[in-house]
Amino acid sequence: MSDPFLSIRQVRKAFGPTVVVQEFNLDVRQGEFVSFLGPSGCGKTTMLRIVAGFEEPSAGTVNIGGRDVTALKPNQRNIGMVFQAYALFPNMTVAGNIGFGLKVAGKPAAEIRSRVAEMLELIKLQEFGSRYPYQLSGGQQQRVALARAMAARPQVLLLDEPLSALDAKVRVSLREEIRAIQKELGITTIFVTHDQEEALSMSDRIVVMYNGRAEQVGTPFEIYNRPATRFVAGFVGTLNVIEGRVTDPAAGTVSIAGGAVSVGNRLAGRKAGEAVSLALRPEAIALGRREGRDGLVTGTIREVSFLGSVIRVRVAVGEALLSLDTFNSPASPPPVAGETADISFSSSDMLILDR
Amino acid sequence: MKQNRFWSWIFLAIGVLYFLLPLIGTFEFSLKMRRGVYSLDAYEAVIFDPRFQATFGYSVMMALATIVVGVLLVVPTAYWVRLRLPSWRPVLEFVTLLPLVIPPIVIVFGYIRLYNTSSWLPLTGTAMGTNILLMFGYVVLSLPYMYRAIDTGLRAIDVGTLTEAAQSLGAGWITIMWRVILPNVFVAVLSGAFLTFAIVIGEFVLAALLNRPAFGPYLQLIGANRAYEPAALAVIAFAITWGCMALIQVVSRFAPRPPAQPH
Repeated sequence: MSDPFLSIRQVRKAFGPTVVVQEFNLDVRQGEFVSFLGPSGCGKTTMLRIVAGFEEPSAGTVNIGGRDVTALKPNQRNIGMVFQAYALFPNMTVAGNIGFGLKVAGKPAAEIRSRVAEMLELIKLQEFGSRYPYQLSGGQQQRVALARAMAARPQVLLLDEPLSALDAKVRVSLREEIRAIQKELGITTIFVTHDQEEALSMSDRIVVMYNGRAEQVGTPFEIYNRPATRFVAGFVGTLNVIEGRVTDPAAGTVSIAGGAVSVGNRLAGRKAGEAVSLALRPEAIALGRREGRDGLVTGTIREVSFLGSVIRVRVAVGEALLSLDTFNSPASPPPVAGETADISFSSSDMLILDR
Repeated sequence: MKQNRFWSWIFLAIGVLYFLLPLIGTFEFSLKMRRGVYSLDAYEAVIFDPRFQATFGYSVMMALATIVVGVLLVVPTAYWVRLRLPSWRPVLEFVTLLPLVIPPIVIVFGYIRLYNTSSWLPLTGTAMGTNILLMFGYVVLSLPYMYRAIDTGLRAIDVGTLTEAAQSLGAGWITIMWRVILPNVFVAVLSGAFLTFAIVIGEFVLAALLNRPAFGPYLQLIGANRAYEPAALAVIAFAITWGCMALIQVVSRFAPRPPAQPH
């Protein structure tokens, strides 16, 4: 990557004996939207707070725009931050909140007024400038918080689970809005979330974190389709894990309950008889035989869940219980639990989990 | 159910009588200075007494100074403890409760011993020094009320996140205190201020033993030598206290309302 705008090098953070972030390295391009994704306690918020300056790293450096900001206080870093709890100042109007950073920076009143109006237009709350935070809904408050964070044109925008407290519908519309605004302004953004759907739908790149480490850094497509570790594979999306045994490493064949599959030349270094974990996304499995799919096993339908546009079917294959998704069609009735069924897949869609 | 309500009214009536009868009696007595008719003569005599004006004025000035010093001491301390030293809260709570269990006479004897004219800081040697000593004594006496009022105000807002939000927008500590924290606990500060005012106006022990011309010693002096004026003064003192309580209620209506919190 040429000239990263935000560069995090060898960052480690420990609270007493507990290490919460370790060996964290990341380069972010200017204007890029990067998500830190992981379960609770994985260190993603701590890492964000280190970038913001609210936590001091035990080791490592943070550079923004070519300047080492590791030792700088949060108010010297020129960052904008949006919090999960909105954190609007209750004593100020919406306009007062948005203009706060500019006022602190000593900008002239006319400039503040014009920038506040611009930001209100951007978040489509032009009529709300004189209202107080308690007069706004959660979604509106978070949009104001976003406008406030961006009003002073920060170098980096940090979003700490900004959508977690909102209801599902608002969450979806607001994430689209945030992404659109971020693209429009071209602001370098780090977004912390535990919601994989949010991360996948909004990000240019995702950093999947686990136990304080970056397990994998990649585009949403790479993270979903080529997970680097067992954790990433399990955490991002639904995954069917099938335990098998290598039968012929050279031919790339693996025996699994209900049949055998070929995984091509991806068994290099493995021996015959060795246990191997294979994984398949639900959407990669089809009910019945399908042309062009080289994997075929037989099992028993255990459960059928109607999810509207999609029907999720659970099929027992040996000891494994595989989930597969099939589109709902009014013309054909859904499968019935207890029936025997063939399921097919392409061996190229099959993931081999190393760790 | 009906019977329960009956007894509730009875107990309420007993309570009201217990508190109001002495006040009504005192008020009625204060109006009897002129023989045979009700009049405000006692109030007139008190209000136009130059000593009343001097002592009341002195106590008001002392109360204002106490409020300023108390706010400057308590707001940053309570804020910092909430933000960075939460484990110290029980210690602070205990320390601020001490003035309720240590009698003012003990405090003032301690002061006189520590700050007399032969000590290393002879505050009692001058009138100004003694005024300062008295003011700090009042700060101590009002600490339980001032601290609790402000701490309650701080509890109503998310101090940590608001501070971080302000920092991320470039604000330093003074800006955060002045523009974010103080306006959001302003009503709590005012509540503490009015309570402090009410305490200082009627305080006797510290002022009397430090020999300062405050309203409390004046009340005692008039009470010992006059008949109707002390009753009028008592009613005035009650009116001031209740006025302060009413002001707390009024200003609390103008408190910044916290927005709906995420759930």
